[in-house]
Amino acid sequence: MQARLRAEIALELADDELILGWRNSEWTGIAPFLEEDVAFSSIAQNEIGHARALYELAARDLGDGRDADALAFDRAPHEYRCAPLVQLRLVPDWARTVARHVLYEAADAVRIAALKEHPDAELAGIAAKIEREEAYHRLHAEMWLERLREEERFAAALEELWPFALGILDAELRPALAERFARPEVDAVERAAPGAEFAELWDEMTVVRRSAPVGAQW
Amino acid sequence: MSAVTEARVWEALAEIPDPEIPVISLVDLGVVKDVSVEGERVRIEFTPTFMGCPALETMRRQMEDAVSALGAEPQVDVVLDDSWSTDKITAAGREKLREAGFAPPAPRAEGEPTLLQLGKAVHRCPYCGSTETRLDNIFGPTPCRSVRYCASCRQPYEQFKTI
Repeated sequence: MQARLRAEIALELADDELILGWRNSEWTGIAPFLEEDVAFSSIAQNEIGHARALYELAARDLGDGRDADALAFDRAPHEYRCAPLVQLRLVPDWARTVARHVLYEAADAVRIAALKEHPDAELAGIAAKIEREEAYHRLHAEMWLERLREEERFAAALEELWPFALGILDAELRPALAERFARPEVDAVERAAPGAEFAELWDEMTVVRRSAPVGAQW
Repeated sequence: MSAVTEARVWEALAEIPDPEIPVISLVDLGVVKDVSVEGERVRIEFTPTFMGCPALETMRRQMEDAVSALGAEPQVDVVLDDSWSTDKITAAGREKLREAGFAPPAPRAEGEPTLLQLGKAVHRCPYCGSTETRLDNIFGPTPCRSVRYCASCRQPYEQFKTI
């Protein structure tokens, strides 16, 4: 497989996982109760671990001297490809946070299952490993879906974020997600140059690296 | 110094404790997939546990140091696929985990884990052996652990996740 093409696939997925991991970690210390504090922090750690492996693969393929950290933190905000769903700042709204979690994990499951069948063995291998870990994210999401199913605020949040969830996936994978939720395949909120909310996150996410003295080793 | 053999490398790796659960070695944990020796060069295939585990870099460095200490040149290749699972933890490793108060992972079943399986009282308390246990949290202090509670001895404990 062409290295350039593989790097594109890896970068898009890595950006989604990094940014969602970052957003999930915003609940660390302030989740509604201790178990969720631990759960969201742990899920964030997993997502960022996935991002790291994918950035490493992309860095190797791009071969332009940038390492995984450089890809994660040194790009300009407009160069990130993450989907609008993961960019939303949802703290302190728990209903919308859980709705995003439920939708993202389901969309990600569709995407990772497809990537597992990819002819490129390294991509397929990483996808298979990610899938093992994310089984637990899905269980957690499933538990919350059951818990909040009848809640009005949660139903409204699912409705609001549904077009964003479709935007996680390439067009050919969207019917599978629509079927899973028995929802119509409406117009998706597509990936585009990130907006102001992302710029704020980027600023916060990269400040340590940007302020480090030249030659600092991590 | 005698030539490095695969057996000597395995022995050296079996001395390296897991950085987060030091009662178990990297070999017991099953993360060393293969060792091959070519002259002075030792190649280790390493299959990490969880991808976000902060101990991975430490494990890697410790394996390199162990090979260097044998007078050989280490090459640790990280293999990222689903070839590691908790089923790779050795029987001895499982017993050491249990003794240290970590319930060893249940064997992998066909398909993905379900809430029903995790909720079932088939998981044994590592302290008293009772199966009167329940899941408190899918997630725990590290990515590889869940938190359960034993109703018999009223002891919360950590359960290695099955992956």
